[in-house]
Formats: sequence, C-alpha cells, structure tokens
Amino acid sequence: METTRKEPVITAPTAPRLYRARDRRMVAGVAAGLADHLGIPATRVRVAFVLLLGFSGLGLLLYAAFWAVLPQRARTSEDATRRSFAQILPFLVIGVAVLITQGILFDSVGAAATGGWLIALVAVGAGVIWHQSDPERRRQWSETLPQMPWLAAVVDESDRRAFLLRFIGGGVLVATGIIGVVAVYAPSGDIGAVVNGVIFALVGLFGVAVVAGPALWRTFNQLRAEREGRIRETERAEVAAMVHDQVLHTLALIQRNAGDVKVVQRLARGQERSLRNWLYKPTASPTERFAAALEQAAAEVEDTFAITVETVVVGDRDTDERVGALVAAAREAMVNAARHAKVQTVSLYAEAEPDQLSVFVRDRGAGFDPSTVEETRHGVRGSIIGRMTRHGGRAEIRSEPGTGTEVRLFLPISRATAAAAPARPS
Amino acid sequence: MTDNPTPTEAPQALRVFVVDDHAMFRAGVRAELAGRVDVIGEASSVAEAVSRIGALEPDVVLLDVHMPDGGGRAVLEVVRRTHPQVRFLALSVSDAAEDVIGLIRAGARGYVTKTISSDELAAAIRRVAEGDAVFSPRLAGFVLDAFASRSDTAVADPELDQLTNREREVLRLLARGYAYKEIAKELFISIKTVETHVSNVLRKLQMSNRYELSRWAADRRLV
Repeated sequence: METTRKEPVITAPTAPRLYRARDRRMVAGVAAGLADHLGIPATRVRVAFVLLLGFSGLGLLLYAAFWAVLPQRARTSEDATRRSFAQILPFLVIGVAVLITQGILFDSVGAAATGGWLIALVAVGAGVIWHQSDPERRRQWSETLPQMPWLAAVVDESDRRAFLLRFIGGGVLVATGIIGVVAVYAPSGDIGAVVNGVIFALVGLFGVAVVAGPALWRTFNQLRAEREGRIRETERAEVAAMVHDQVLHTLALIQRNAGDVKVVQRLARGQERSLRNWLYKPTASPTERFAAALEQAAAEVEDTFAITVETVVVGDRDTDERVGALVAAAREAMVNAARHAKVQTVSLYAEAEPDQLSVFVRDRGAGFDPSTVEETRHGVRGSIIGRMTRHGGRAEIRSEPGTGTEVRLFLPISRATAAAAPARPS
Repeated sequence: MTDNPTPTEAPQALRVFVVDDHAMFRAGVRAELAGRVDVIGEASSVAEAVSRIGALEPDVVLLDVHMPDGGGRAVLEVVRRTHPQVRFLALSVSDAAEDVIGLIRAGARGYVTKTISSDELAAAIRRVAEGDAVFSPRLAGFVLDAFASRSDTAVADPELDQLTNREREVLRLLARGYAYKEIAKELFISIKTVETHVSNVLRKLQMSNRYELSRWAADRRLV
C-alpha cells in the first residue's frame, strides 16, 4: 500500500519537499515540517508561530492554513515517537504570555483583533474536520459512496470515537467562529443577542445531528457490510484457486486412471493430505521443525509406495543435524515397512520430550526373525542402527514373524540444547 | 464403565443411528455396516437427529462433527440431557484437534475418522456400545499433547487434570498403533485394566476445567 502512494519521497533528490512531519511532531507536525524544509531548528519555527499569535492570532491562522494544505510525510518504520504534551506546555505558556503582553501594550481587544482570532478559530475547526481523514481513505470513501462522498468522509469505522470527538469539536469551533465574526462585524449592540445567537447555533448543530444520525448509522453498517463482503470475496477466490489448481487436476487424473486401484488410491491420498494441510495446519518449514520434517518424510513414503502412514506427532522442536539424522532413520524404517511388510497401513508415532526425541514406526505386516537376517540387511544396519549410533542415539528393532515389526528410535537431547529450543510451536 | 450390562448376544442386534449431512456418506456407511450391526435410522440435520434419536433410542449414534446449524456437538448436548444411555461415536472427516477434543468433551465415547475400514468401524461401534472408549492413535496423540505440555504448570488443579504415568503409557502405546490386547501384553496387565485406564483418560478429559482447555486451545492457535 505504502509504496503505491503518489508522494515522490524517493524520486525527488532535489530540495526536500514541504511535508508535515510525522515524527517529532507536537501538534500536527507543521512546524517540524517547515523546519526540515528550511533547514533550521524546529524550535525557532515554533517560537515564531507563537509570537505571531500576538498579531490577531496570525500564528494560529498560518498554522491552520499550513495544516490544511501540507501533505503528511509518508509513513516510515521509525515512527515510534509519540507526541508528548509536556513538550507543548512551554509553547502554550509563551503563547499566553504573548497574548497578555499584547493586551497590556496595545489594549487591542478591538473588533479587528477579535475578528482575526475568530477566523483563525474557523480555520482550525475546518482543518480538524478535513484531517479527520487521510487522502487514501478519502479516495476510498468517494468510491464506495459516489452519491454523497462528504457523508462517507464523515464515517470512519476504524476509530469512531475519535471521529465523534473531532467532528463535533471541529463543528463547534467553526460555528462559534462564524457566530463571533457575525457578532463582531455586524454588532447588534448588546451581548445578549450574541449569546442567543450562540445558543441557536448550538441548537441548530444538535438538530443537524439528530437528522443526520440515522443516515450516518446506516452508512456505518453499509460500509462495514461492504468491507466484510470484500474479505469474503478474497477468501472465496483463494479457495477457488486452490480447488482449481489441485483438486480438479487430481479428479481428472483419477478419471483417467480409474482402472488402476493403486494409482487412484495414491492420488486420492496425496490430495487428501494436501487439502487437509491447507485447511487445518499452520505451515511449518520441514527444514526447521521436527514435526514438519517427519510429516514430510511420511508423505513421501506414502506417495512412493502407495500405503497409508498414520502419523501422530506429539510436541515439536527445532531441527539440527542430529534431529535430521533421526528423521532420515525414521524414513528408512518407514520405507522398509512399506517394502517388506506387505501391509496398507504403517503407523508413525513421534514424541518430543524435553530431554529426548522418540520415534516409533510400526506395522502389522509379515515381520521377520531379527536373528536370521541381520548380517545381510545393510539398510537396517547402516541406515537405521548405525545412523542413530553415530549421532548419539539408539535404535531397537522388534519383530516377530506374523505379528509385525516395530522400529524404535531414541535421540537424547542435552539440557542446554533443549532449553535453547522451545518445545512447542508458539 | 465397570457395570457391564450383559450385551445382547449377536453383534447385529446393536441398534445404530447415523447422523451425517451427506446422503452419499450415510448410504456408504449403511452398506458397509450391513450384516454387522442394525442401522435403524439416519438423520441429516441437528433437529432431525435430536427428535429421531429421542424416539428410537439406539445403542450407538454415529455422529458427524461438521454439519449446518451446530454440528454433532449440538446433537450430543441435547440428547445427552434426555437420553444418557445413548452412546456416541464421532465419525468425522476432520481430525483437527479442536474438533476431536471438543466432541470428546461434549460426551462422545470415541472418535474415529471416515477413512477407517469397515471392520474397524464395526469393532469400534461394538466397543462403544459395551461402554468402552475408542481412541484412535491420533486422538491419543492429541490427548498426550494436551496434557504433556501442562505437566509442569498444572499446579492449579493437579487432581483433575493430570494423567497418571500408567495412563500416559497406555496412551503412548495407543498412539503407536497398538491394540488394547497388545497393550495389555506389553505392560503385563489385563485388557480390562487397559480399558479402565482409557476410560479414566476419557473421564478426565471431559471433566478438565475450562481454563486449562482455553489455555491449551490458545497455545495451539485454535481460537
């Protein structure tokens, strides 16, 4: 999103354009932005603004004007600093002092001075309302509600309370300013009329609120519904893509190979696994996590030998070289079971305990007598027992002809490495 | 669990009810179970299931987890209040942890996935009907996972939520794909004892307090 913004922050190598600062800002970032542009300390600019207050609120007027006109600098990563109100305090104090001094020196509480103040007030109020929204959001609003973009600009679902505060506050400022200007430049003589005017203005504001309230409320809901609809649409598109890429292709392959039971089973199993992973599993990289690596190995064996590997993994941890060796040994055991046991189902159970990893590969197949075949079976000796021994673990093979085989693999983990690796996915 | 009401002699006398919103799957189950048990009825929605189970009072209900308007859990919660003697075996395509544990907590006596063979399904129905709990290896794995991660921190409610070492051993063997008979042989105990251990695990699972469950679910990013 950020990179598609129009503001040419990077492409303009010449003098820095005038922005409102996002960091180091006190009120709206005008002073800091000006200071950046002019290359002078921000404090000087701020003091200048405060001093200009003395001229019928000129400082405030200027500030509001800059605020309304200047774009805000694009968001960057280091916007951690928040406005601190303690910093504003000295400037407030100076400002009040300037005003008092002005009052004492020139006794200028006359019509002209008040008029300036009131116009400044109107400007600030309008600025508040306008900056309620950022340009991106304004654009979005005018798209969603083309018939009345102003109404859309008024409703912002994300921070409704802030909106109410700013909108009402800004509206009150504007109303007060206008009433004041009218009262000053078209004086009716007595203060009571002004007070009445203010009261009527407030009543008017209230009336507008009452009238516009239900419409606003409807628009809120409309916007929300529209947003939810968009989210649903995105999800739907994702599902559709997944179904198209995988499920339909698998079904087509199954239709073509309908005669070959083995192929159909293999395709169906592979598709089921991938769909299941997609639906339920948070994705973990097999190169990083023990459980994911084992599941991947099981999946490969399933695909290669067209059997089912019933996988149950309890706990998890990060992999390293030794864990990798354990996974490889488990894979070899599964391959052996798939090749020799003559069964459709092999179960794989693994448990990651704090001090040990254990893996059990079991089948209920043909089985064998370990004492008779040990010398010739290099797969078992080298790939399973030898590999485990080399990495400080051990392997047991239990088998009886007729009842099946279980390969048990254990890999102790030292306390230090176990502590370093979290035992569970977080 | 221990009071074993003399089961009716022939296995096909077991009266089974199937709840699933997929007609094709119901028909498949009916065909596969033909001759082994007596499928007395089926339902495709929660409301239909609740009323028909109440009227028919089957021995075992095969219950799908994911259905419109509440799923198997809703059926379980309503029927169990009025007909506590009806036993439920969850039969679902989902083997996601939250579905499995959720249904067991609601009171299902077992949980098997739809890829199960018909022989195993018939055996599971029989075991559930006899008051036993049916744990698939995967379910045992979930339970171990849920309790293992708590063993160091479960000081709050140790009596309720802890598994004994023996129960844990039994679960491990279950997760490794052992049958009850083989577990009994492996641990030098009787099959009856194995069944008791498994039933105790089930009981603890149903009684575990909410706090632990929500912690567990949150840890696994299920909620």
